[in-house]
Amino acid sequence: MRFRTVARLLAVALPLALVSAAVAADTPGVTATEIKIGNTNPYSGPASAYGTIGKAIGAYFKKVNDEGGINGRKINYISYDDAYSPPKAVEMVRKLVEQDQVAALFQTLGTPTNSAIHKYVNQQKVPHLFVATGATKWNDPQHFPWTMGFQPNYQTEGRIYAQYILKNLPDAKIGILYQNDDYGKDYRKGLHDGLGEAAKKLIVMEQTYEVTDPTIDSQIVNLKNSGANVFFNVTIPKFAVQAIKKSHDIGWKPTHFLNNVSSSLGTVLKPAGLDASKGLITALYQKEITDPQWKNDKGYLDWVAFMKKYYPEGALDDQSNAYGYLAAQTLVQVLKQCGNDLSRENIMKQAANLKNFELALLLPGMKVNTSPTDFAPIEQEQLAKFDGERWVLFGEVYDASKK
Amino acid sequence: MDIFLQQVVSGLATGGIYASLALALVMIYQATDVVNFAQGEMAMFSTYLAWSMLNAGLPYWVAFTATLAIAFVGGLLIERIVIRPVENAPVLAVVIVCIGLLVILNSVAGWIYSYIQKPFPSPFPGTPIRFGNVVFGAHDLGAIGITLVVLLFLYVFFRYTTLGLAMRAAAQNPVSSRLCGVRVGWMLAIGWGLAALVGAVAGMMVAPIVFLDPNMMAGILIYAFASATLGGFTSPGGAVVGGLLVGVIENLVGTYVRFIGTELKLTVALAIIIIVLVVKPSGLFGRVVVRRV
Amino acid sequence: MTPRSRPLTLALPLVTLAVAALLPFVLSNFRLFQFTQVFIYAIALLGLNILTGYNGQISLGHGAFYALGAYTSGIMMDRWNAPFLTTLPVAGAVCLGAGFLFGIPALRLEGLYLALATFSLALAVPQILKYFEHWTGGSQGLVLSKPEAPFRLTLSPDQWLYFVALATLVLSMILAWNLLRGRTGRALIAIRDHHIAAEAMGVNSALYKSLAFGVSAGFTGVAGGLSAGAIAFVAPDAFNVFLSVTFLVGIVIGGLASIAGVVWGALFIQFVPNWAQDISKAAPWAIYGVFLIVFMYTMPRGIAGTIRTVWARRRVNVRSSPAKGGPP
Repeated sequence: MRFRTVARLLAVALPLALVSAAVAADTPGVTATEIKIGNTNPYSGPASAYGTIGKAIGAYFKKVNDEGGINGRKINYISYDDAYSPPKAVEMVRKLVEQDQVAALFQTLGTPTNSAIHKYVNQQKVPHLFVATGATKWNDPQHFPWTMGFQPNYQTEGRIYAQYILKNLPDAKIGILYQNDDYGKDYRKGLHDGLGEAAKKLIVMEQTYEVTDPTIDSQIVNLKNSGANVFFNVTIPKFAVQAIKKSHDIGWKPTHFLNNVSSSLGTVLKPAGLDASKGLITALYQKEITDPQWKNDKGYLDWVAFMKKYYPEGALDDQSNAYGYLAAQTLVQVLKQCGNDLSRENIMKQAANLKNFELALLLPGMKVNTSPTDFAPIEQEQLAKFDGERWVLFGEVYDASKK
Repeated sequence: MDIFLQQVVSGLATGGIYASLALALVMIYQATDVVNFAQGEMAMFSTYLAWSMLNAGLPYWVAFTATLAIAFVGGLLIERIVIRPVENAPVLAVVIVCIGLLVILNSVAGWIYSYIQKPFPSPFPGTPIRFGNVVFGAHDLGAIGITLVVLLFLYVFFRYTTLGLAMRAAAQNPVSSRLCGVRVGWMLAIGWGLAALVGAVAGMMVAPIVFLDPNMMAGILIYAFASATLGGFTSPGGAVVGGLLVGVIENLVGTYVRFIGTELKLTVALAIIIIVLVVKPSGLFGRVVVRRV
Repeated sequence: MTPRSRPLTLALPLVTLAVAALLPFVLSNFRLFQFTQVFIYAIALLGLNILTGYNGQISLGHGAFYALGAYTSGIMMDRWNAPFLTTLPVAGAVCLGAGFLFGIPALRLEGLYLALATFSLALAVPQILKYFEHWTGGSQGLVLSKPEAPFRLTLSPDQWLYFVALATLVLSMILAWNLLRGRTGRALIAIRDHHIAAEAMGVNSALYKSLAFGVSAGFTGVAGGLSAGAIAFVAPDAFNVFLSVTFLVGIVIGGLASIAGVVWGALFIQFVPNWAQDISKAAPWAIYGVFLIVFMYTMPRGIAGTIRTVWARRRVNVRSSPAKGGPP
């Protein structure tokens, strides 16, 4: 009797083992119990403030694993520090792909770092999903079929502001302050492109700054002096506060467009002064987590509960932690859609197959959509004006995919 | 004219920041002949300690004074414990140890406090002061004021106290000082303690403007070096003047010299350093040190 | 050097070289990539060591020459489709010239002040690179193609680059050794140890110091050019001031005034940060800093320096007999 049971068990187990071995051979990073996801983030160095995104993602994957994983598999999340240095990013990504053999790369952060690995990952045919940068070049499925962006890109946002200016502020004299790197220049390009022919006439002064500069007071003074009555503010939170405050102090009251990166109420507007921030215009796609209007929103409350349980050291007023949460949820959806076929090809296929996927922390009405010709998951933004207490959404929802 | 004045005033404000860190750098160089690359990080770490105290509810000036005391003791201990073993090693070994200290402080600060920037309160009111068409912040003025007070204190200390005299002797001629009964080792330690104290002041004055984060001092360091070079590494007063000058020059060049604009500000700092070093290496106010061969 | 120890001194490097040459057929492509980086860093450190170790001029700005070399190579490959190997001598030559030019005003500076001037150079370089956007691609940088093995050699790009880097390193070391063991070397060391006495003896201090700067920059520039091929990407962010500081760390850890030491230094700066990350996810650089400090406590003369001392002490103990009174 025992022999027959054993034989029966073997008859079932052996083919399964062979099949799963075969599956493992074709599907790097995947076993019957886990999926390996690779990531690099700047946990040290000049961009270390963004390292919290990598941590928030790790926390979310832990939550998913605690709740049973995806189709019975747990996510094995491997994240290395690239210190925002392109050579280090290349080394760490090669480690992930060649040594750790991950199934996919996810939310690698930074434009220079992602530029450095762009060719490599496409040559190696590794899914390079939802890169954490707003640069425009990740939506190119024809030449780089394995790389996909995530958030609305900076140029699109610049164009949205340009459209608004052309329609509502025909006598604008525009002054731009932008960070002297790819992030700042991308926004600037978006505004220029959106204004088209009128750019030369309308833009009266441009000023730049470096991340290492202590203050930008001097630039603000110059902008005021140029007679600009519209201010396009492309600065990261630290300098956005200075810009808002200084403009207010020197009595310069332009129509002030603040880039999405610095639109946080808690970390930018409050320190700058809620009164000084009245009238600011920005483009939003996420629910701004320090904005009191979302205080009782279910999506917000779920996020807070998640943070408290899985990432208690994470700041509840840092929008980066909401961003990481959004990105992680999107990847989980892709992996769910893969079912049991977690080959790299299918992961990529499913990533390009998100249809009206809803994320609770996106603004109402906005959805995630991808297709084999559309590698930009989130393309909708809406303008909002600050009324002294909250960001009041107005106008239509701009959809960059419908152009 | 207005914009010129405004840029000068803004330049003085930023210059005040550079001046305070430059003062700490010069102090340590005077007392110990070592350029401490970890100076900025020590200042940053002290500021984080102040932040913790303020967060716990302590009133500003209590936290301020406590931080100064902790910084002094910390600097002293660092010299005695970390630097002392390499006192007699080649100069570059000491530099590497300072670099090691730099990365440790930066990393630990990031680990304990995370890398997200935090606002830091200023003891001065936030309303701007208007002078005709020119505006400056009360904090900027206050920061310069505090730096000058520190400078005065240092001057009085070194000139008129026995301890100050002993420290100067120990730095200039350790062998002879030992023969006179000066405990040179402890003089060095006190030197580091004082420099750390000055650095802490710099950190707490700078943080309200640039926001507190582990990399806060990194950008200021080069400007502090430029200031100390311009003013002269052997002159604390020169360091302060150098700082103010660098801030003003930077702003004026950025405004009036079109092809440089704001895109090459760091290059301006570099140019200042090189020009000063080539034309007058001892700086505007430094003494020329003559060494016997 | 006793006749008995000479074959040993030659055997050791040859054996190491043989092992290194065989590694590409044993290691994975990823490991080869890492070792290629080690060789590239070693060449850069060799350059810096000539200047700082042998000639006593402290440079905290060699990252600038590394960047110059990388961009020279990158621009040549990107704009003019120049074959990779031809870009290396050009990168070296450009940096030699730049180093020599920088060395001239640097003649007036010593110790701290020279360190400061070079430090500022390193800090300003990323900004300057971004300014000349038309050539350098600005902050976006230049995306390059990884060089392939020529003729019909069946080597993967990683293996090919490994051999190129190794060969360049060996060549550089031989060149450096040749340069330093003759009159030039003695002049450089004399200037480092006591430049007034050296000048009194007829050494043209100004010429040798500027030359040292130039040659040193040239070596580091070639290393930069190699890195452009190895990483296949150049961007201003890769050449920040921390790179220059890392180079200094490398030569001190490896051993000042030591040619063999540069390999140790390069191994340290390539692998120890990774080990630190494995040890502590939360504060890896703190572990790195502790490594640095402990190293300086235990081996203030660097790895090569310590080996030298230990070796010398051993030889002395073996040679001298108590009756003769000890070492000379």
